[in-house]
Amino acid sequence: MMLEVTGVETFYGNIQALRGVDVAIQQGEIVTLIGANGAGKSTLLMTICGDPRAARGRISFEGRDITRLPTYEIVRLGIAQSPEGRRIFPRMTVLENLQIGSTVASEDHFDEGVARVFKLFPLLQERRNQRGGTLSGGEQQMLAIARALMSRPRLLLLDEPSLGLAPRLVSQIFDVIKEINESEGVTIFLVEQNAYHALRLAHRAYVMANGNILMSGTGQELLNNDEIRAAYLEGGARKTDVGQAGDA
Amino acid sequence: MLGTFEYFVDQTINGLTLGSIYALIAIGYTLVYGIIGMINFAHGEIFMIGAFHALIAFLVLGLIGITWIPLAILIVLIATMVLTSIYGWTLERVAYRPLRGSPRLAALITAIGMSIFLQNYVQLLQGARNKPMQQLFSGGIELMREGDYVVTLSYLQIFIFLLTITLMTVLTLIIHRTSLGRSQRACEQDRGMAALLGVNVDRTISLTFVMGAALAAVAGLIFLMNYGVIDFYIGFLAGIKAFTAAVLGGIGSVPGAMLGGFLIGLIEAYWSGYFTVEYKDVAAFSILVLVLIFRPTGLLGSPDIEKV
Repeated sequence: MMLEVTGVETFYGNIQALRGVDVAIQQGEIVTLIGANGAGKSTLLMTICGDPRAARGRISFEGRDITRLPTYEIVRLGIAQSPEGRRIFPRMTVLENLQIGSTVASEDHFDEGVARVFKLFPLLQERRNQRGGTLSGGEQQMLAIARALMSRPRLLLLDEPSLGLAPRLVSQIFDVIKEINESEGVTIFLVEQNAYHALRLAHRAYVMANGNILMSGTGQELLNNDEIRAAYLEGGARKTDVGQAGDA
Repeated sequence: MLGTFEYFVDQTINGLTLGSIYALIAIGYTLVYGIIGMINFAHGEIFMIGAFHALIAFLVLGLIGITWIPLAILIVLIATMVLTSIYGWTLERVAYRPLRGSPRLAALITAIGMSIFLQNYVQLLQGARNKPMQQLFSGGIELMREGDYVVTLSYLQIFIFLLTITLMTVLTLIIHRTSLGRSQRACEQDRGMAALLGVNVDRTISLTFVMGAALAAVAGLIFLMNYGVIDFYIGFLAGIKAFTAAVLGGIGSVPGAMLGGFLIGLIEAYWSGYFTVEYKDVAAFSILVLVLIFRPTGLLGSPDIEKV
């Protein structure tokens, strides 16, 4: 297993956000995590990176226990995240954002890395000297993914990359995710509200509610699952009778 | 005399000299505020400790017989910056880092506590009386003359301006061109995100304190050379003036701290020259009040514009 999360519990003050989560991801997979707002999806991604730290349970990456490592050291091992809300540095240029992204990579490969992300997102090349805060939402999303890729991660954590984007841009982003996975071999753990797209893309998927993993399976299995269709997929309630979904 | 242009030039030179000291201290306030959002009220004491280090270094060099002045000043400059930086680093490590994540008030009160502690620490070790130092070099360039009134730019003042401008240039280059500077700016804008990208935030904050302390140390050296006398209490007023300068320029903005420092220096010099020396502090602080009323973000500070 590349990433193994076992019995992880996370708290914000007194509020428990994760209640014993188990997730396992293999090298080369795209795994998606779907669930309603507030289910704890983003918290899980952040807990993997050590911010906030897991109160109980164990997280290991490539066989190494990372539960107690500081965030910057976890990133050094080959995990990168494009977080919720994108968190672009607003008063730094696109290029500087990418430079910060390459903090843990060797400087010799910077030009190569930039060329690679500009190939994935040609728009960023045009905007390279523009400040992050002046980019549109879609451009910021591309920059957030590009910035995460600059550290040459083996595991990429993506938090809602399609949030707030125009439909055409959504499929573009999903194409890029697929390309990163297939042609570069980067393992991807994808949190999404857009469950239909995510389940079609992913090899496997987890469903989360109230800080627990409810269900897991291949993307196709969950797409065909009536309960999932009713709860998370657009138009799901129309295609299946709501009563049936409840029985399933 | 009072109304002549020569007199004005003379006061301007005085103001810029004083402003160099304020600006170098103010940069430390603004760097630390930018990166961790706290006012390090012990920073004035770091400046005072810098002045003491400079004095001790001069005495030691005198004892071991290094009397060629350019070499002596260079050694004192480096020794003072290094030793004072250790104080800045320790201050953050011991007093502020354990409080990271706690309410701002806790850090603020700790800073005031550290300020009192460092004052008393120096008073105990060095004694409370004034410490004089003889002038190292005299003379200067005569700029202009009006009857008996001669305006000179002393060699010491030339040295102070060159040193200050060099340090400011180096600092600006570090912030904009190096990976340390980039990490600092990233931490300033979003510390959590910087960590997610592999930036060692604790180390970056430590180095920010070190940079602020090194610049304050140079301000201490300049103070010592310019006034020739120091005591354990000089950090208080200079610290508050420099803080005023940082706020005037826009706290968090490095160019703002530089500008604010020189402005406060000039305001003080003009006020002392044309009105009364007794009320020069009131003048500086009144300007602060006016700025805060009419432009609360300071001269060069701007409210963050973020598009989400």
